Amino acid sequence: MPSQQDSGYRSDPWSNGNQPPPDLDKLISDGINRVKKSLPGGGGGSAGNILVILLVFLLGVGVWTSLFTVPSDSVAVVQRFGKYVKEIPPGLHFKFPLGIDKATIVPVKRQLKQEFGFATPGSTDPFQSGRGTNGQLETQMVTGDLNAALVEWVVQYRIADPVKFLFEVREPSETLRYVSESVMREVVGDRTVDEVITIGRQEIESEALVKMQALAVKYVMGISIDQVQLKNINPPRPVQESFNEVNQAQQEKEKLINEALRDYNKVIPLAEGEKDQRIREADGYRLKRINEAEGDAARFNALLSEYQKAPEVTRRRIYIETMQEVLPTIKSKIIIDEQTRGLLPFLNLTSESGAKP
Amino acid sequence: MSSVMKVGSLAAVAVVVILLQGSFYTVDEVEQVIITQFGKPVGDPVTSAGLHLKTPFIQDVNAIDKRVLEWDGEPSDMPTKDKLYISVDLFARWRITEPLQYFLRLKDERSAQSRLDDILGSETRNAVAKHELIEIIRTTKDRVPLRDELLAGDDRTANMGNLVPISKGRQGVEDEIFRAAAEKVKVFGIELLDIRFKRINYNASVRPKIYDRMISERRQIAERFLSEGNGEAARIRGDRVRDLNKIQSEAYREVEEIRGMADAKATEIYAQAYNQSDVSRDLYEFTRTLQAYQTIIGQDTTLVLSTDSDLFKFLKGIEP
Repeated sequence: MPSQQDSGYRSDPWSNGNQPPPDLDKLISDGINRVKKSLPGGGGGSAGNILVILLVFLLGVGVWTSLFTVPSDSVAVVQRFGKYVKEIPPGLHFKFPLGIDKATIVPVKRQLKQEFGFATPGSTDPFQSGRGTNGQLETQMVTGDLNAALVEWVVQYRIADPVKFLFEVREPSETLRYVSESVMREVVGDRTVDEVITIGRQEIESEALVKMQALAVKYVMGISIDQVQLKNINPPRPVQESFNEVNQAQQEKEKLINEALRDYNKVIPLAEGEKDQRIREADGYRLKRINEAEGDAARFNALLSEYQKAPEVTRRRIYIETMQEVLPTIKSKIIIDEQTRGLLPFLNLTSESGAKP
Repeated sequence: MSSVMKVGSLAAVAVVVILLQGSFYTVDEVEQVIITQFGKPVGDPVTSAGLHLKTPFIQDVNAIDKRVLEWDGEPSDMPTKDKLYISVDLFARWRITEPLQYFLRLKDERSAQSRLDDILGSETRNAVAKHELIEIIRTTKDRVPLRDELLAGDDRTANMGNLVPISKGRQGVEDEIFRAAAEKVKVFGIELLDIRFKRINYNASVRPKIYDRMISERRQIAERFLSEGNGEAARIRGDRVRDLNKIQSEAYREVEEIRGMADAKATEIYAQAYNQSDVSRDLYEFTRTLQAYQTIIGQDTTLVLSTDSDLFKFLKGIEP
């Protein structure tokens, strides 16, 4: 008597390669009907003939249903009369027909994934994305500072133990979805919205992975979880604009600072250069002053040493030479004698100096 | 020889097949079986997988799942202790530990699921109503959150980026629901393995308020950024004026120092040269004065000279 759960297995898309053994009753009655049709007159031939044809037919069906292939990424779990017998590797295999042996193919080597909050179209695994239109519900979470966030993520897993996967939990894949949603909310619930959206992503991934792995072991699902990857994490739609405002303000802040720095940079390095210029010029002045002083001193010393040899004459010479140079430039020269004192008042000094420019 | 024989043999084959089919049954790894005779359970439940025998026709096979089963509650809205309406979605795992009792009390899984709906639903409501929302959201009691240095700013915004403190946490509340419900489902031959919150969300009526708060929180951060930017820019402008003055005044100071040093040095050199002796002082005075005449006395000077002067003394005669 096939149980409800068995039919659940057969609708499993992973067992595509597994031909379910045909129902015994139906096979026999189909066979009898076909034999009867092929013999017009109903029972005209001998019973022996009918039995032989029947046996040959059954044998053919038996052989056809007893061969099956296991794809290279899978193993088959064989049950005889419902009891677990063995696990068989990929390849062509034989099993007892007519419902005696049942082989369930489990893709143990395939990397499987479950998506939360979004769905890659065209997947064959019904557990890869959430059922129905609850993508939005899957993403909505409450953070530890009582804010809201939308989180999308992916869980990568493999079926590590096909026997446990088949026999311990009824819906391991669905249970994994529950576990994943539950754990992700637990982890997000322990974090602030800023951690969730920006700085804490990696930590969330690793903590969620550890917790999911622990639960997968505890629940004996036969599943090993390899990775948890966060996809888009956004604030709720009505709030997104204000999050953008923060980003814009951040940019604006940078801009303001840069503009001020631009003004600063326009002036300060120039001033530094000008400072150096002035210092160098002053240094030039210093050199000039000292060199000139030294020059003057040298000249004076030279003059002095000669002067000491004949002071009277030299003095006189210099005096006369100078006078010779100076006096010719003067337009009005008046030479008076000590005895002619009365002359001075008659001189028109003002007109003399005023008329000449 | 005849059709009677033929029909007879066919009938015999059919009877054997039907008898065999009626007396053998298989038990899958995932199930356990209760044999009933005219609807009344007979003997112990069969838990070992494989082929088994029974009395044909009068005994029926009732397969009951042996695996861990799931229960997925419908999301339902309920208030927390702090009067927030939230939508709670739970899942639980359970298994049938006493198949006979289960079979007698519930008959099939659908009624089991609906009992679980009732029991877990009401226990969840009780537990949620007893706790504040944050107790259901958070798990780890003293977790210190990472802070975004950019956003956090200084102490004025200490309230932001902090986690709300809790006393029990999510797992505590889950445990409470679990303990209460596990006791109640025992009578059905069911063992509740554990329950976990799957989804917790704000009720649609609460959401706008939460969003408003989030928006205001972000706005204040944005404003702070703007004012930080303006403040920093002002600081830089101040720096500019200060540094400019500093540089220019330093330049002035250094220039004057250098010039002073130069003048001092020159003075020293001159003094050394001119101040050697009385003769040198005398010579300096003399030459320097004469040198000065060259510049002092120009075209427009009117010079009144006496014939007593050294230069013109010979005008009056050779002998002075």
